[in-house]
Amino acid sequence: MISRSDFVRLSAALAGGMVLEFGVNGCSNRSSAVSAPKTVFQPSQWLVVRPDETVTIIINKSEMGQGVATGLPTIVADELDVPFERTSVQFAPAAPEYVDPLFKAQLTAGSRAIHAMWMPLRIAGATARAMLVSAAAQKWSVAPSTLRTSAGYVIDPASNRRASYGSLVADAAALPAPKNVPLKHPSQFTLIGRHNKRSDTLAKVTGSAKFGIDQRVPGMKFATVLHPPVFGSTIRSFDASKAKQVKGVTEVVQLPDNMGIAVVANNTWAAFQGRLALTVAYDNGPLAHTSSDDLYARFRRLAVSKAGAKVALVRGNVDATHGTVVTGTFESPFVAHAAMEPMNATAAVTADGVEIWAPTQGQTLTQASAAKIAGVPLEKVKVHTTYLGGAFGRRCYADFTNEAVALSKAINAPVQVIWPREEDLQHDYYKPLALNQIRGVLDANGDLVAVDHTVVMDSIMTDLLGPPPNGIDVISLSAVLDTQYAVRNYRVRYINPKTGVPAGFLREPGANANVFAVESFMDDAAHVAGKEPAAFRLRLLSGAPRAANVIRTVVGRADKAAAGTAHGLAYANWDGTDCATIAEVSMSGQTVRVHRVWVVADCGTIVNPAIVEQQLAGATNYGLSMALMSKITLKNGAVAENNFYDFNVLRLKDAPRIDVHAVKSDAPPNGIGEAATAPVIAAVGNAIFALTGKRVRRLPFSDGLALA
Amino acid sequence: MISLTVNGAQHELDVAPEMPLLWVLRDELGLTGPKFGCGVAQCGCCTVHVGNQAVRSCSVPVGSVAGQRITTIEALGSPDALHPLQQAWIDEQVPQCGYCQPGQLMAISGLLHKNPHPTSDDLAAAISNICRCGTYDRIRTAVARATSSAANQS
Ligand code: FES
Ligand code: FES
Repeated sequence: MISRSDFVRLSAALAGGMVLEFGVNGCSNRSSAVSAPKTVFQPSQWLVVRPDETVTIIINKSEMGQGVATGLPTIVADELDVPFERTSVQFAPAAPEYVDPLFKAQLTAGSRAIHAMWMPLRIAGATARAMLVSAAAQKWSVAPSTLRTSAGYVIDPASNRRASYGSLVADAAALPAPKNVPLKHPSQFTLIGRHNKRSDTLAKVTGSAKFGIDQRVPGMKFATVLHPPVFGSTIRSFDASKAKQVKGVTEVVQLPDNMGIAVVANNTWAAFQGRLALTVAYDNGPLAHTSSDDLYARFRRLAVSKAGAKVALVRGNVDATHGTVVTGTFESPFVAHAAMEPMNATAAVTADGVEIWAPTQGQTLTQASAAKIAGVPLEKVKVHTTYLGGAFGRRCYADFTNEAVALSKAINAPVQVIWPREEDLQHDYYKPLALNQIRGVLDANGDLVAVDHTVVMDSIMTDLLGPPPNGIDVISLSAVLDTQYAVRNYRVRYINPKTGVPAGFLREPGANANVFAVESFMDDAAHVAGKEPAAFRLRLLSGAPRAANVIRTVVGRADKAAAGTAHGLAYANWDGTDCATIAEVSMSGQTVRVHRVWVVADCGTIVNPAIVEQQLAGATNYGLSMALMSKITLKNGAVAENNFYDFNVLRLKDAPRIDVHAVKSDAPPNGIGEAATAPVIAAVGNAIFALTGKRVRRLPFSDGLALA
Repeated sequence: MISLTVNGAQHELDVAPEMPLLWVLRDELGLTGPKFGCGVAQCGCCTVHVGNQAVRSCSVPVGSVAGQRITTIEALGSPDALHPLQQAWIDEQVPQCGYCQPGQLMAISGLLHKNPHPTSDDLAAAISNICRCGTYDRIRTAVARATSSAANQS
């Protein structure tokens, strides 16, 4: 990892393209005085070419399983024309040079890594290549345009001369960086769309990949935190005497700002035992008597009364459209992210500043909040990003890094804070509990001519980004505001119930509730209209050819339903990526079994086909957990679930065979990490309807079937 | 003092006998391959072998395995001599975030000691490790690949 001070030095030298290398490559603490500084070629903040022919690519996105540590260097390596094997990756420090051009922050979210970095990294690779070509052209006194490059060499076809990139490093570094360098035509790509392996697989099958929890710092303590269980409650008093008697516990510290009580120990287990031995009295806030059932009831009342509703979109005139009416009200619960690696972070606050090692999706926020807590300027906070053991949106937040910083400051020692799974499930920024009320009108031909849609859901963006402009949260309205269906008369209303339960981004946020509703409704409407589910949708998608194509393609790929099963179809567009899913389902009693799933997505240009397939299958399984079994229940203001014995998630025995297909396309690349999460939820519901004639309107289906 | 043989190395440890094996491995011996996911024997991230038996080390008191042979993911194979499952995991590109995979590999390699050619149903019945990235379909394919090629070699 490049340290902050190295980075400043690097960027100061960037103007000339020449830098002296001080410990780039993860060894910034090693004394650079031991070895003479070598010349390297760093034409931009994104890559370093070395005399030994290796290329280090610095990525500003976190590797949480979605493959950015492979996909992003692929883009650079292709434009640069180097063999992929010569590249390696470093995670960027938190620094302004590394902010995402879309988010204006270092944030790995919204399935936007490849989408956002596609042009900057292509330009970085192509610019570096052009400078290496110019360096060779100067050396050989020929025009750069007569030269070509291949596999890490500049080649002069006229004279058969060749020079390796490594041999040109010093000369290239002396050149000014050109502007407006031409990029490859897609037909010239050698890695993009072809490179089909991940770079991190060996480390991940041998146990050597380092996650946040694996970070070790000399002199480090292990700690955990007890958080007030009821949302909005505060700690009145606590008794730590029993906790301190646990062998290995060294300190018990109340953290500032109601963060909780930290138990510090010589090992994680002692810290966990200490946490269980704490006795705490709380002042409970206004949520202390609220449960999920109360919220569902309140949401239903709001959907009827429309109290506080904001009209987010109007097209045509819904109220004046008459015909056959189809209605549906759909409910979905709170859900926790439950990334496999529980929340954790390691921090060291010293007189020199703050160092943080964390599995974070949000370096900018982590750095800024740490600076505030430690009372130091931004540039005194170094953020090292580890591998992330899953994230799904949870690690965009800085609550877990803040605790490590506050605790290290309090105990004056480096410390790793790990949450037990119970804290992880009970203190999340949840997929909010949601209600969708939809009223549609079919005309005499059975076409859907009006939809009136009300969404009752906490604002998803508020806790991370602040309250939405005009009170309308476009994330909470995902797949509703930006629907691809061309319904002539359309109205969207948004009600923010402000439940007080923390709400946040969870894989395909907003859409994971809304698509269940929209696509279940579409299925009902098709049924009332007497049309095939695919044909009914296609009538409304003539202006969205890519959407129509994924639906047609998935219908074409799916086998006939096996005996005793039925198929359900659903479609959604997630921020530009179209995805259609067919699920094959059987039932015995109230138990739903999903046997096979077919998924087709169009995400534009595919950088790494194997990773795209992984993401489509992974998102499908993540969605299936939500469809079949996962829910967080609010009981008297606190979460009732504790661990994986009562927060149920998909396991191997439940997991279907999945056929995934990504449509070939030259369109700019779009996100793929989330798009398949939501459609499968509705597809399963639609298959249950096809099988039983029962429309299940509440998630998870294990609950909904009991109500239906 | 508790004596423990881990990946062939002998250790004398001054730890409470009720301390779970997982935390002894991670925090006392610095072996971070076994992961923490739940602490209550639900997720399988912490799976290691005691003898040839796969166990969930978060729920095994270290005192109960004193003197026994413990193997963690670090010693399942080596980069030069991968276990057939590790090779199949690479060939089938199983891992996404990778956090659950040490546990998956230790659990399934443990199963192969008892049942070298598990069917897909055998696998589903025996392996309840959680993968939140949803790599299950590729796990099935990779196990089939490893067990059929192991069969070819022997
Ligand atoms: S951590 Fe041991 S089974 Fe989950
Ligand atoms: S690969 Fe991420 S949890 Fe399994």
